[in-house]
Amino acid sequence: MNKVMSNKLHIALYTLPAFLLITVLIFIPLVLTGYYGLMDWDGIGAMKFIGLENYINGIKDLKFWSSAYHSFLLAIFSTLSLALYLLVSLILASKIKGSDLLRKIYLIPMLLSSVAIAQLWIKVYNPSNGMLNEILVKIGIANPPAWLAEPSIVLFAIFIPILWQYAGFYILIYYAALKNIPESMIEAAKIDGASAFQIALKIKLPLIKEVVSVTVILAIVGSLKYFDLIYVMTGGGPNGASEVMASYMYKLAFASYDFGYGSAIGFLLLIITIIVTVIVRKLSTSKDPIEY
Amino acid sequence: MRRIGYFILYVCLGVVALFQILPLIWLFIFSLKSNKEIFAGSPFALPSEFRWENYLKVWEGGIGTYFFNSVWITGLAIVLTVLFASMAAFALTRMKWKLSGFVLGLFMVGLMIPIHSALIPLFSMFLSVNLIDNPFSIVITYTSYNLPITMMILLGFYYTLPREIEEAAIIDGASIHRLFFRIILPMTTPVMSTTVVINMIYNWNEFVFVNTFISSERYKTLTVGIQNFIGQYMTDWGAIGATLIISVLPIIIAFIFFSNKVVEGISASAVKG
Repeated sequence: MNKVMSNKLHIALYTLPAFLLITVLIFIPLVLTGYYGLMDWDGIGAMKFIGLENYINGIKDLKFWSSAYHSFLLAIFSTLSLALYLLVSLILASKIKGSDLLRKIYLIPMLLSSVAIAQLWIKVYNPSNGMLNEILVKIGIANPPAWLAEPSIVLFAIFIPILWQYAGFYILIYYAALKNIPESMIEAAKIDGASAFQIALKIKLPLIKEVVSVTVILAIVGSLKYFDLIYVMTGGGPNGASEVMASYMYKLAFASYDFGYGSAIGFLLLIITIIVTVIVRKLSTSKDPIEY
Repeated sequence: MRRIGYFILYVCLGVVALFQILPLIWLFIFSLKSNKEIFAGSPFALPSEFRWENYLKVWEGGIGTYFFNSVWITGLAIVLTVLFASMAAFALTRMKWKLSGFVLGLFMVGLMIPIHSALIPLFSMFLSVNLIDNPFSIVITYTSYNLPITMMILLGFYYTLPREIEEAAIIDGASIHRLFFRIILPMTTPVMSTTVVINMIYNWNEFVFVNTFISSERYKTLTVGIQNFIGQYMTDWGAIGATLIISVLPIIIAFIFFSNKVVEGISASAVKG
């Protein structure tokens, strides 16, 4: 038995395909990103070693910091929207009939590609006959803005489809966590005379604290990596008002052919993502894990 | 009093449901309208006649190629991902070796990587081995990047398999391959189907890899293809609507049939983000 289950050749045979793919296509490229960042390189010609110049330029680059600022704004919006999702889940989990169907309806946008979502919302926001402005005009707002063309509004306008896309995902997670709370604890609180509001605030929320902190990490890290929807909806415009870190990196490399500088920005994106993940995880991990 | 309370709660949930579904209903309605109806009529009015010819027009306009590419690339990548992930999960959970903990940790680190940070080196690697504008590059990239999450979903199930099965099979003289392919793999069907559905959603919707590595129209998948396509039909909203509906339909259908698997997979993949 042990001989068969610890045969080195067989272990290698079963592990290597996955191991090689992950090493070659995920880990080696990450190391190379850091390395290319040290080069002056257009992606095709010869590489020229220039030391830390790209990284120093990146740190001084106002466009990079404005894109990072937009990424952080999205992260803040996304984190705040978790409260809304949590509220919906609390309602949904309070023995409501049809909650199964509702959860599935909420989840549908999450299944669609960001490109389709972007194209759909470009139409929703269309100033002349998009759904949003038609509704606004009907309820008496005469001159609704051109949502995606106003630098001061565009980021909020982009955030609505993000809110829309991920609602079902977070509601699903919160709902599962709330349903895991033993019924007896809720019953006991009810007998003690607690109101529904008190039960939610004092019992349910503390009990799903861990899940909430995981979703905070997801929302923040997900926002820092955000790309597809913005790239298709606005291309970072108007005038850079919706540029985020990933779209800035993408443009540097695949529109300006500045692969060295693009790599440096890509590496900074990686480092910022890792640092933020570690910080949020440290802040949100409770010292005393909850046991029912 | 209690009734009124529940009524208010239902109204809240209904508003959220409307917000989630309304843009899609609007999309479907305008995909069946003529431009005249779209630009002059009320946005939520039903079309005077259902113009299915919008769908025929975009399908004949070439969207079929993108659709077919999406199907085979998604399918092949799913097969490779689930096979390789199952093999690795088997070796990591059922076989005995010293480095298994380390290798498992490595796979799980793969969950946290922002793909954009790896994009430039991937591009130059594929360029140097002539895989740019070759759909094979997409298949292996999808396979690699979905391996960590697929393994994570599989692992829990593999840990719970009873040891007695392996013992019995080996005492009966089964080889390790027979044990894996004939006994273990069929036992994991429920969790495998969850990973298949999750991989399908990821691969079908993927954008940035195809947009970066593929330039020929004949190799593009739907997500990237519909971009150019919509460009052609700049002002023909009916055609644009039909294109978008065609691109999301397979996923919606899969969701209708396998919604429990989708829900399971999405909950399990919460860590991926």
